[in-house]
Amino acid sequence: MNAQVAVVLPIVLPLATMTVLLLTWKSIVAQKVIGVVGSTLLLMSATALLWLVARHNILVLQVGSWPAPFGITLVADRLSSIMVMLAGLMAFAVSVYSLATIDDRRVAFGFHPLVQLLLMGVCGAFLTGDLFNLYVWFEVMLIASFVLLTLGGERGQLEGAIKYVALNLISSAVFLAAIGVIYAATGTLNMADLALKLRSFPDQNVVSVLAMLFLIAFGTKAAVFPLFFWLPASYHTPPVAVSAIFAGLLTKVGVYSLMRAFTLLFVTELEFTHNLLLLIAGLTMVTGVLGAMAQSEIRRILSFHIVSQIGYMLMGLALFTPLALAGSVFYIIHHIVVKTNLFLIGGMIEQRFGTGLLAKSGGLYRSAPVLATLFFLAAMSLAGVPPLSGFFAKMTLIRGGLEAERYAIVVAALVVSLLTLFSMTKIWTEAFWKPAPVDAATDVRLGDQSWTDRFFLCGPTILLTTITVGIGVMAGPVMDAALAASEQLLDQNAYIEAVLSVGSRESTRP
Amino acid sequence: MDSVILKTAVRFLLPLLLLASIFLFLRGHNEPGGGFVGGLVAGGAIALYAITRSAAAARQLVRASPRLLIGSGLLLALGSGLAPLFFGRPFLTALWTTTTTAVLGELHIGTPLLFDLGVYCVVTGVTLAFVFTLLEE
Amino acid sequence: MDIVLAITVGGLYAAGIFMMLRRNVVKLLIGLGLLSHAANLLIFTAGRLVRGRVAVIPAGETQPLTIVADPLPQALILTAIVISFAVLAFTLVLIYRTIQTLGTDDLDQLRATDT
Repeated sequence: MNAQVAVVLPIVLPLATMTVLLLTWKSIVAQKVIGVVGSTLLLMSATALLWLVARHNILVLQVGSWPAPFGITLVADRLSSIMVMLAGLMAFAVSVYSLATIDDRRVAFGFHPLVQLLLMGVCGAFLTGDLFNLYVWFEVMLIASFVLLTLGGERGQLEGAIKYVALNLISSAVFLAAIGVIYAATGTLNMADLALKLRSFPDQNVVSVLAMLFLIAFGTKAAVFPLFFWLPASYHTPPVAVSAIFAGLLTKVGVYSLMRAFTLLFVTELEFTHNLLLLIAGLTMVTGVLGAMAQSEIRRILSFHIVSQIGYMLMGLALFTPLALAGSVFYIIHHIVVKTNLFLIGGMIEQRFGTGLLAKSGGLYRSAPVLATLFFLAAMSLAGVPPLSGFFAKMTLIRGGLEAERYAIVVAALVVSLLTLFSMTKIWTEAFWKPAPVDAATDVRLGDQSWTDRFFLCGPTILLTTITVGIGVMAGPVMDAALAASEQLLDQNAYIEAVLSVGSRESTRP
Repeated sequence: MDSVILKTAVRFLLPLLLLASIFLFLRGHNEPGGGFVGGLVAGGAIALYAITRSAAAARQLVRASPRLLIGSGLLLALGSGLAPLFFGRPFLTALWTTTTTAVLGELHIGTPLLFDLGVYCVVTGVTLAFVFTLLEE
Repeated sequence: MDIVLAITVGGLYAAGIFMMLRRNVVKLLIGLGLLSHAANLLIFTAGRLVRGRVAVIPAGETQPLTIVADPLPQALILTAIVISFAVLAFTLVLIYRTIQTLGTDDLDQLRATDT
């Protein structure tokens, strides 16, 4: 496939799918079929992009043939292509899962077009090489997520949405202000050009102030300490399929932006910025896991664990060594797959008991052995038990920490890992191990559901669990990919050259 | 809204406003104007009609549902962005050509016109969707 | 002129944050609106304030002959305004629905989804 087509496809395909979905609004069957087909195509194009980037390193596209610092540039490096790949995978899994769980009323209100809009925003944010364009993709993603969060209009959804919307809008306003100031200071918004100009900026204090503005803006989206309160307040309110795609992708866009900003743009004052990041990483890990321990509802526990794990991803970024950064990339790969999977499995548990409250569920080990196996594998992977994906991710990060001689964060990571295991065993003993309470709602057995529904529910979770196990078994190749991505992130000159040189070559306009 | 003056005025205003919206749309080729403003004026004109008659009457006037307008507008804009790919140029690159027609003389047309038409449709569609939803509540 | 606008931006930020700290949901919305106005005005000011000169480079030149305002920030604001308009309109509807469904506009009462 042509490289120029491959870079733009992950953005164009969801848009095209959404357009077709708008034109076939009336037919519920068409909505479902086209939604899944669109997600499958996205997955395929993302795979092609990953393959092309692995062969050609950095792919650059100057949209509309406008040369580099002036137009909008799309850049696909290894990290971007890995993220797009994961987005495609989650889109596929969640679209299939939604066939059995999203009611027809929500489909009629546009569930599938909104998911595609969300995916367009997410993929756009991963691929863009321009700060203002990043802001626009953030907003596309946010608007889609606002509507998805409130779709259905239940009490909890509306309440959660107010917090989600308010805090995310504040972070958008901060992001916008940061863009204004950075443009005033440097006169450019192209990330490669910015990296070049910030490096030789006369007053490095201004650069630090800018770094803090971006840290607040992206940090809120990534749900880091102390800006994460919107996440546990809202993620458990919408339908499970929506929670799952949010859990897998949205905060990771924030993490991706932080990684981009703090490996490419703000690398002159490492002593200040990255030490602060390390502190935030540690506090995010600890507060997230402590919050989870206090919860007694499946999705609320999992929501707090998202926060805790964002800390691990930041840890690698803050340590800023090739190994630690590779650990971060590995952790993101592992986390997106496992976390989405756990939300999907949590949804199946909730469906059986009509509630996510652990006290009102139980006995699943006996009544649903397959579900129990799936949950066990995913949960152990999240906690970091060998030989599953989480073990290798955490081990790489801890090795990175030891190598950099930052022992405090290593201790925090290990303790939080243990607490995560405790939290997962809590779900295990409550929902699976203990006998079902007498007053439990009627246990909807899998046998009562149609075989198609069963397939749509189990298919994605089995796929994701297989991938989790696969990442653990084949940790070598994944580790190589993560290392290559991290080395590329640390080689800013290659990125700058790739973006700016293509611009001068392509300046042929009538 | 039951006002004879407004009702009578709208009968004349509607075609004028629609004409103005097309004028604005075409003016955007080289001067201030374009699909966004044109679409807003068109949407406003139909909104005026909907307010004086009813949302149902306006729906009948437009025939196409707002959703169809939005969808086809997006399709047009997307098509204009994808067209250069077939000529080996990057996404969204403008393709221009000059043709000579009998009536209008020499015309300089290209894919941005198609893109702008898409914007026109989307903006009209979105405005109408707002107005109809509000009126029918 | 810059100093006046700088003070205005600061005032807008202050007013926006003050409004967001109130307990009423509607005031939260007003606060968010003011915050996005402040950000837009900040970008506008950052693009230099020049009166009555067009940012067009005459034919045959490579740069403008006099000092002109940078048109790019203004284009950015245009995009940002449209986006914030859409988002605030959505928030308004959300707040309306919330007040209807929950029967309160006091943020302190919205505690069911918290921990």
